[in-house]
Amino acid sequence: MNRILEKKQLSETVFQMQIDAPLIARERRAGQFIILQLCEDYGERIPLTIADADADAGTITIIFQAVGDTTKKLAQLNAGDDIAALVGPLGTPTHIENFGRVVCVGGGIGVAPLHPIVQALKAAGNHVTIIMGARNKELMILEEEMRAMADELIVCTDDGSYGRKCLVTEPLKELCEQDPRPNLVVAVGPPIMMKFCVETTRPYEVPTQVSLNTIMVDGTGMCGGCRVTVGGETKFVCVDGPEFDGHLVDFDNMINRLGSYKKQEEAHKCRCMPDNP
Amino acid sequence: EPLTPKDRMAIPMQEMPSQDPMVRRSNMEEVAIGYTPAQARIEAERCLQCKTAPCVKGCPVSINIPGFIKAIAEGDNKKAVDVIKESSLLPAVCGRVCPQEAQCQAPCTVGKALKSVDQAVSIGRLERFVADWEREQGLVEKPTVKPATGKKVGIIGTGPAGLTVAADVRREGHDVVLFEAFHKPGGVMVYGIPEFRLPKAIVQKEIDTLLAMGCELRTNFVIGRTRKITDLLEQDGFDALFIGTGAGLPRFMNIEGENLVGVYSANEYLTRSNLMRAYDKERAQTPIFESEKVAVLGGGNVAMDAARTAVRLGAKEVHLIYRRTEAEMPARVEEIAHAKEEGVIFHFLENPKRILSDEKGWVSGVECLRYELGEPDDSGRRRPIAIEGSEFEIDLDTVIVAIGNDSNPLIRQTTPGLDTNKWGNIVADENGKTSLSRVFAGGDIVLGAATVILAMGEGRKAAKAMNEMLAKD
Ligand SMILES: Cc1cc2nc3c(=O)[nH]c(=O)nc-3n(C[C@H](O)[C@H](O)[C@H](O)COP(=O)(O)OP(=O)(O)OC[C@H]3O[C@@H](n4cnc5c(N)ncnc54)[C@H](O)[C@@H]3O)c2cc1C
Ligand SMILES: Cc1cc2nc3c(=O)[nH]c(=O)nc-3n(C[C@H](O)[C@H](O)[C@H](O)COP(=O)(O)OP(=O)(O)OC[C@H]3O[C@@H](n4cnc5c(N)ncnc54)[C@H](O)[C@@H]3O)c2cc1C
Ligand code: SF4
Ligand code: SF4
Ligand code: FES
Ligand SMILES: [Mg+2]
Repeated sequence: MNRILEKKQLSETVFQMQIDAPLIARERRAGQFIILQLCEDYGERIPLTIADADADAGTITIIFQAVGDTTKKLAQLNAGDDIAALVGPLGTPTHIENFGRVVCVGGGIGVAPLHPIVQALKAAGNHVTIIMGARNKELMILEEEMRAMADELIVCTDDGSYGRKCLVTEPLKELCEQDPRPNLVVAVGPPIMMKFCVETTRPYEVPTQVSLNTIMVDGTGMCGGCRVTVGGETKFVCVDGPEFDGHLVDFDNMINRLGSYKKQEEAHKCRCMPDNP
Repeated sequence: EPLTPKDRMAIPMQEMPSQDPMVRRSNMEEVAIGYTPAQARIEAERCLQCKTAPCVKGCPVSINIPGFIKAIAEGDNKKAVDVIKESSLLPAVCGRVCPQEAQCQAPCTVGKALKSVDQAVSIGRLERFVADWEREQGLVEKPTVKPATGKKVGIIGTGPAGLTVAADVRREGHDVVLFEAFHKPGGVMVYGIPEFRLPKAIVQKEIDTLLAMGCELRTNFVIGRTRKITDLLEQDGFDALFIGTGAGLPRFMNIEGENLVGVYSANEYLTRSNLMRAYDKERAQTPIFESEKVAVLGGGNVAMDAARTAVRLGAKEVHLIYRRTEAEMPARVEEIAHAKEEGVIFHFLENPKRILSDEKGWVSGVECLRYELGEPDDSGRRRPIAIEGSEFEIDLDTVIVAIGNDSNPLIRQTTPGLDTNKWGNIVADENGKTSLSRVFAGGDIVLGAATVILAMGEGRKAAKAMNEMLAKD
């Protein structure tokens, strides 16, 4: 079960895995995610977006950045290894229709969750402009795949090592100033990037959808740990989201909540995996 | 020479041996250790074997209480447990967690005669004693399974309701597949109720028995997402389904500050500690707050469990804030007593108005109002009324909201034609039948947040109806 069929390293810290998961591959739609665990007794549950899937082959693809305990352990697994627990597809699928002109903004690892959304938007007939941003050239992922789908692709890096030297908000602002304005902006990336994308589009009143990556436990609406404030109301990201109207999201509160366990995460030394006594 | 009723009434009630409060404050092991065989016999001698057996009417599944207690008094523990198992499939669980003082023990003649329900025959403790005895002696038998019928039954959710249906349906020779969203089966018994009240090994034993009977278990499987009810019926060949998905949607108070860092639902706090084992800081990867000062809001079992878990995780001060008085608290009396012994500070007739924040967006305290009791409300309990201008603050770093659960909408939203009521609970008749053909439901998803024994009782009724339906096919 949940066997890793293929593993690729996309950058120093970003990995792609194709996993045998026929039931999830069949049901999943753009915007949905899985939760996985590396050990059922002591492992934590972490959510990762389904970056791609092949229903016929019964496989899903995840792309993740090794940032901490669980993702680093996951990165040590190889083709042929099994993932102890995998559940999904979770979350409400992206609302897809022909909006007209859509700008998709992906920052860093956020390009991975953006991938299936662009796929679905293109399939529905949208004109899609993609803005991809990363700190530097080495951290840029999925460029080829995105270029193949995009009607227009803008690449930028913080340090100018590749594409334009700017933040993603700069080309986003230019696009909002053009006539016709985009009908929709979809922004996926670090919370701070999404926050600034939303502030960029707000004066132009361009609807802006964001995909939130709050801390989760069950992923089925049972614990409320993933809650965020949207338009003054409490929403559960795992069931009401992960996508929301970015103009209504309280990003400052969300960013605070993401830092809830910083202290413990840094101290964590897991004895869950056999090769880590 | 037989004891007279007067002799029996003179026997002192046997206290439950328990871990010392100061010791158990820092471990997760079970608080109540269980009767010794000698104590069990003495306690059993207290039963008057009343002809009318009022206790039986207090038990939601009508266990033959005088029958099993008599067997204990006669030293026949095996017979006692067999009598119980005619009506209940989870005696080791119910003997521990049933609100006995409000159920079987409330009408007990001995308690009435001694003018205190605390002096009633300790039915729950005796039930636990024989169930534990059977398990520890290795005498738990795998129920016989009738020859295969070729019929297939799907059970959604592995709480007490689902586990009960699985056993009763499997016995008739039907194939049984249990679906569970989590990575471990057991429902609230494993993710909610802590180890110190209900050891996980006891629940696991029940599951092992089901597996030995040939039930199939599919964990990490969310019905409504991984597969829908209609798919199971129309494509996957299930002849009947039972929905026992519980009441897992935490309620919040909708007050200012509820999303600050450091505010948990009791579900999240308990799941992190129990299911994810965050209390085992050496091994578990799931983090939990290392709190100094905690407030738990609510007065039910869930609130007691959260407060007592916080104590065990090392909090220096744990406050329990409830807006009515102790008399109205829905928690089991024993849990309230245990919480007090463990140093939980109770605040009655108080309720938070808002949660206070420090400059970083983390909890720094609560602002509370004092209350007084007014006229009775719909539930018959006197309504708490805020006293204007009575605001005061408590310094805290963690707030745990334990004011109840609603039903999870996932199945409702993904199953056309399944009727639910205005609270989102699935509508089922007295046999557990829902508005959808071949689909049954029971437990908290039908009753709203209730009890283990009620979930089990509903499961038994539904299983009976399912077996009858399948026999006629
Ligand atoms: C819906 C959703 C989809 C996601 N998709 C992707 C993806 O496709 N690729 C990817 O690389 N990352 C994705 N993430 C983020 C990913 O879940 C976290 O990076 C991961 O949980 C970090 O765990 P760790 O133990 O390796 O690191 P840690 O050091 O434990 O945590 C690093 C940070 O990750 C966050 N985090 C920690 N635990 C959790 C948790 N249980 N749930 C969510 N966040 C947590 C916290 O902000 C924490 O500070 C997604 C998150 C969500 C909610
Ligand atoms: C902290 C706490 C303490 C309690 N203390 C007591 C007590 O002392 N005494 C007492 O009698 N009662 C107590 N209760 C109440 C009691 O636990 C419940 O009434 C009982 O567990 C309900 O049983 P159930 O079978 O209906 O559902 P649950 O036990 O809730 O189990 C439902 C199961 O279904 C799974 N599920 C949900 N949705 C899906 C889906 N879509 N697909 C697959 N699986 C799904 C869930 O993960 C869960 O495992 C307590 C409850 C809590 C939360
Ligand atoms: S199941 Fe519960 S109510 Fe019934 S006899 Fe046992 S403890 Fe009492
Ligand atoms: S009411 Fe009490 S004394 Fe009478 S039979 Fe029941 S348990 Fe025994
Ligand atoms: S992760 Fe538990 S409710 Fe969303
Ligand atoms: Mg982690």
